[in-house]
Amino acid sequence: MKVARPKRDWAEQVYLIAIIKGMGITIRHFLANLVRPSRIETLQYPEQTKDMPAGYRGKHRLTKREDDTVRCVACFMCATACPADCIHIVAEDVGDNTVEKAPASFDIDLLKCVFCGMCVEACPVDAIRMDSGQYTIADFNRKDFVITKEELMAVEPALPKSMQQK
Amino acid sequence: MTGNTALDITIIILRAVVALLLILGPVPILIYFERKVSALIQDRTGPNRAHIGPFRLAGMVFFLADAVKLLFKEDLTPGRVNRFYFYLAPFIIVTVAFSTFAIVPWADTLVIGDAAVPMQALSLNAGLLWFFALASLTVYGVVLAGWASNSKYSLLGAIRSTAQMISYEIPMGLSIIGILMTFGTLQLNEMVIQQGRMLEVLGVTLPIPAWGIFLQPLGFIIFLVAAFAETNRNPFDMVEDESALVAGFHTEYSSMKFALIFLGEYAAILVSSAIITTLFLGGWQVPYLPTETLIANAALLIQITLGLGTVLLALATFRLYKWYRDMQGQFGDIRDQEGLWLAVITGGLALGCAAALGFFMAVPLPAWGGAVFAMLAQFGIFMAKVMFIAFVFIWVRWTLPRFRYDQVMDLGWKKLLPLALANILITGIGLVLVQSL
Repeated sequence: MKVARPKRDWAEQVYLIAIIKGMGITIRHFLANLVRPSRIETLQYPEQTKDMPAGYRGKHRLTKREDDTVRCVACFMCATACPADCIHIVAEDVGDNTVEKAPASFDIDLLKCVFCGMCVEACPVDAIRMDSGQYTIADFNRKDFVITKEELMAVEPALPKSMQQK
Repeated sequence: MTGNTALDITIIILRAVVALLLILGPVPILIYFERKVSALIQDRTGPNRAHIGPFRLAGMVFFLADAVKLLFKEDLTPGRVNRFYFYLAPFIIVTVAFSTFAIVPWADTLVIGDAAVPMQALSLNAGLLWFFALASLTVYGVVLAGWASNSKYSLLGAIRSTAQMISYEIPMGLSIIGILMTFGTLQLNEMVIQQGRMLEVLGVTLPIPAWGIFLQPLGFIIFLVAAFAETNRNPFDMVEDESALVAGFHTEYSSMKFALIFLGEYAAILVSSAIITTLFLGGWQVPYLPTETLIANAALLIQITLGLGTVLLALATFRLYKWYRDMQGQFGDIRDQEGLWLAVITGGLALGCAAALGFFMAVPLPAWGGAVFAMLAQFGIFMAKVMFIAFVFIWVRWTLPRFRYDQVMDLGWKKLLPLALANILITGIGLVLVQSL
């Protein structure tokens, strides 16, 4: 296929006119931002945070019953569904015939986790959720990224600001 | 010359030191400009977080952090470099940039009593030739850096720079010939004095100062473009070309050696701006106010300046205080107090200005006061012009994309060179016509 080269007319060939036009555009941005800095949409990050949309998958949390015991029944559905194999559960007998099992330990390796949300989908008792809104997970040590049952239970849910009731 | 040898030597040393400070001082401001202007042009905020105590000064503190970082970084010398030339190159770049500034006058000759002190480090008759002689030496620094680094990126950058800087030196030199024909002198101070007159066309005096830009518009454009190429700035920064050559000729440099190259680059921009100002924008000439007028009306002008300063500083104080009230709790630490501190400082300055105004209204100026005021006013206007041209350098960098290498050569040899020759011809014809009329 033959592609015709674009022809440049006299004014474009001189460069200067186009350059001055371009400089006009940049100086307009410069002056507008100088006079009214609020026009800049940069988020001043640590002080301001982005409002994540509803359904955003953040750090996991384990939900609790009304008596503050863990809702999880250690059925291993989430660990089976997990494509990254990052959930490690050890089950124990709680001696309660309605529940039968509960996790003795429930570890999630956040460095392996791909935040796909399959564990949340798989859970039959709504014990694991990813609605904490936490996306800045940082630490100094690899082993600190493995979070335990107690830590998972301590994570608080967070609604996006737009959905919070005033 | 005052006749007193010790005083003469002191004055000569002082002139050199001031010329050095005039380059060293604005370089951090220029680096700050580069960051802030680029940010604002691209709808970003730019540097605004680093702080000393409560002072952030809209990010101006960053260059100190930069300097500290560069000082304490590991000074790495790659194994296969040619050490002598590798160490020498940054010094050549910096030295050349600094010594070029020596011929630029930053005010009219200061006359106090019998003594006349030229306000430039080096009052040479061959002024402009000094600039060209030294500016062409810059290429040695770049080539040595590239060659001694023993790295293909550096070498490619250096080769490009050689070709580019030599190519653009020709149109630059030729564009100056028009200026030399118009002013009939190589002395930069002499040129600036001539630019203090009003423009005359066919015997009619126009209310426009006879600046080089109005006498030689084509020469100005050619010189400006060539100056961009000479300082290796966008759109001609083939020498660095980070998308193709990592960092060009200074790829292998780190720590303070890199800082020196960086300093040299910005110093070169300042020197180019100073030369453009001197040749084309009337140098230290305050428009419509020649030196004699400045000296004669010094008392009145000082009072006007101080009065304006008081009003503006008072306005700034109120604005800053309002800003301080609006900004409460943004950071939750000492930085929230910045507006208050700045308001206190500007308020103090406003009071100082008002006090000085009162003082100058009560006490008559001494005999040398007028000359010193004229010098300061011209110096201020000169720096303002230089910073404006430096701003244009930055403005262009963040507007235009980089030329392709063959386009750079094409523009230099096939467009600018004939234009510069045509400019000489037009100037010559114009001069003959003016003289025969």
